Amino acid sequence: MPLIQVTDLIKTFKDGEKETRVLKGIDFAANEGEWISIMGRSGAGKSTFMYLMSLLDEATSGEIYLFGKDTHSMNAQEKTGFRLNELGYVFQDYALLPDLTALENVAVPLMMQGKYKSEAYKEAKKSLEIVGLGTRLNNLPSQLSGGEQQRTSIARALAHKPKILFADEPTANLDNESSETVMKLFQEVHKQGQTIIMVTHEETFSKFSERVVTLDDGKIISDKPAS
Amino acid sequence: MLQFIRLGFFLALRQVRRASKWTTGLIIFVMTLTFLNLVVVPGILVGLIEGAVSANKEYYTSDILISTLEKKNYIEQSPLIENIIRSMPETLAVSPRYLSSGTVEANYKEASKEEEIDSAGAPFVGIDPIGEDDLTGISGFVVEGEYLAPGDYDQILLGSYLLTEYFPVETASFPTLDNVKVGDKVRISIGEIKREVTVKGIVKSKVDELSYRVYFVDTQFRDLIGRNDYNVGEISVRLKEGVDPNVFKEALLRSGVGEYARVQTFEDAQPKFLKDIKDTFALLGNMISSIGLIVASITIFIVIFINAITRRKFIGILKGIGISGRTIEASYVFQSFFYAACGSVIGILVLYLFLEPFFLAHPINFPFSDGILVAPLNSTAIKILILVVTTIIAGYIPARMIVRRNTLDSILGRN
Repeated sequence: MPLIQVTDLIKTFKDGEKETRVLKGIDFAANEGEWISIMGRSGAGKSTFMYLMSLLDEATSGEIYLFGKDTHSMNAQEKTGFRLNELGYVFQDYALLPDLTALENVAVPLMMQGKYKSEAYKEAKKSLEIVGLGTRLNNLPSQLSGGEQQRTSIARALAHKPKILFADEPTANLDNESSETVMKLFQEVHKQGQTIIMVTHEETFSKFSERVVTLDDGKIISDKPAS
Repeated sequence: MLQFIRLGFFLALRQVRRASKWTTGLIIFVMTLTFLNLVVVPGILVGLIEGAVSANKEYYTSDILISTLEKKNYIEQSPLIENIIRSMPETLAVSPRYLSSGTVEANYKEASKEEEIDSAGAPFVGIDPIGEDDLTGISGFVVEGEYLAPGDYDQILLGSYLLTEYFPVETASFPTLDNVKVGDKVRISIGEIKREVTVKGIVKSKVDELSYRVYFVDTQFRDLIGRNDYNVGEISVRLKEGVDPNVFKEALLRSGVGEYARVQTFEDAQPKFLKDIKDTFALLGNMISSIGLIVASITIFIVIFINAITRRKFIGILKGIGISGRTIEASYVFQSFFYAACGSVIGILVLYLFLEPFFLAHPINFPFSDGILVAPLNSTAIKILILVVTTIIAGYIPARMIVRRNTLDSILGRN
C-alpha cells in the first residue's frame, strides 16, 4: 500500500468571479522510504500540490489517502492531530516562531504530543545536535543565520519522527554552502528510511532524490527516477 | 488532555516575556487605570455619602440614639434609662440632651413693629458641655467665639444655618438672622418665656443637625423649659470598640427602655434621603465604571486583535506543525489574564496603600460631607473578578477569530 495515494486531484482558486484551476486532475503515489522531488516552473502548481498532500490546504475535488486513510473524511481537528503526529514540515522561509529559542521551537510540537517540558527539551536538544546546532540551543531565530534557521526548522520537523517529511523549497533562501548542508541532512535521514517529499526548482538538488515528478500547468508531465 | 493548557501557558509566557516592554507596560497601565476606574469612581461617589453618614454618627447620633416616642416631647423615665445605659459595660460615653423648639430674635431693640423683628425658629438643645464634647467633639465645630462652659448662664451657641452670613439662602419657611455676631445679644423665646442671651459662639458643621440648633448649658435650659423631672429629649450613646450596636439596642429593648423611648442604632437613625442617595450614587458609580469596563474590554480586544493579526503567520505555523487551535487560543487567554492580573495587583497596591489612606487623611471637601474613598475588600474582589473575566473574553474572541482562519492562508499571508 502506498504511503500517499492521490487520485484526480483538482484545486481551483476563486477571486470574485474569476476561477483559476491550479491543479487539473493529478494522480500520484508515493511509497514508504522514497525521496521524491516535485519540480516545475513557477506557477506550475508544485507548492499547491504539496500543501494539499500535507493537509495544509483543502482540495477542490479528488482524493488523498495517507497511510491508507481517506483525508477527505477528516475534520480540522483530526487533520491537526495528523500533522502533529505523522507529518513534518520544512518551509522555504524556515517558519520559526520568533519568540521562542531554537530549543523551544523544536520542543513545542513534542509538548503538544503530551511530553513534559523536560522530556521535550531533551529530545529537542538531541534533534538540534543532529543538525549541528548543539551550541545554539538558546538563541532566538533572529540570532541565527539563514542556514542555522533552516537547520532548526529541519530539527523541528524531524524531532517527532514523522512518517513523511514535506519540504517546500528548503534551499531557496540559502547560500550554496548552507544548501549543501541541508541536502546532506536530508540524505542522512533518508538513509535511515525517512520518506521525503521535496518541492524544488533547482535541478542540482533534485538529483539528491530518487524520483523526480515534474508539473506543468497543473498536470504531471513526467514522473521518472532522478538522473 | 490538559496539555493544551500547559502549552498555551508556555507560549503565552514566552510571548509576554519577549514582547516589547513598552507595549506590555502600556497595556498593564491601561488595565490599572481601568481597575481604579472600576473601584475608585463608585468608591468616591459612595464615599461622598458615607462621609455624611459617618459624620452623622460621629458628631450627632453616636452608636445609639434614644429619642422620644411619637407624640411625646420628652423621654419619660430619662434618669432611669440613663442609669441603665451607664451601668452597661459596653457603654463608653453618654450625652443626654434636653430638646425644645423656640425662636431667636436679632434686632428686637431697634424694630418699632413686631413684623420688623428679624427672627428665626430653631430646635433648642440643652447640653452638658463636657459630656457632649466628650461624645461628639462639638467644640471643634465652633468656628467663631468660644464653646460653652459648665457654668455659663444666658449664653448660647448658634448654629450657622441660622445666620445669613453662613447660609445666605433665606426662604419663608427657613428664615435666617442678619448681622448677628459673636458677643451680640439676641432674644430667645420658648413658649411664653422670653430671655435675652449672648451669642458665645457659632457652630458650623456639615452635619445639618448640628448647624441649625441653638445650644444652651443644660442646667439653665432645664429651668427654662421647666423640666425639673430631668426628662430629656434625646440621648446619644457611644459604645466601646467592637460592640455591635444592634446587640446593645436589643439589650436596651429587653430591659424595657422601648416602653419610654425609641431606640435606634446609628444606621436606623440615618435620614432616609441619605440611604436613598447612597444607593443612587452606588448605582451611578457602577454605571460610570461599567463604561470604563467596556472601554477596557475594547482596548484589550484591539490589543489582542492587533497582536493576533500581526502574528497571524506564526499562528498559521503553529497550526501547521500540529498545535491545536485551543492551545493557541489558551495562550492568548493567558496573556489577557496576565494583563488583567498585573493591572489589578498594581491597582490594589495603589488603592489600599495610597488612595484609601490618602482620602482618609485628606477627605474631599464636598459641600455637604467630607468625602472618603469607600472600597471594601469584598466588593473590590468582585470587581477584580469582573475585570479579569471581561478581559479574558475580550482576549479570547480575537484570538479565536484569527485561529479559525485557513492555516495555509495564515502561513502565506493570503487574505
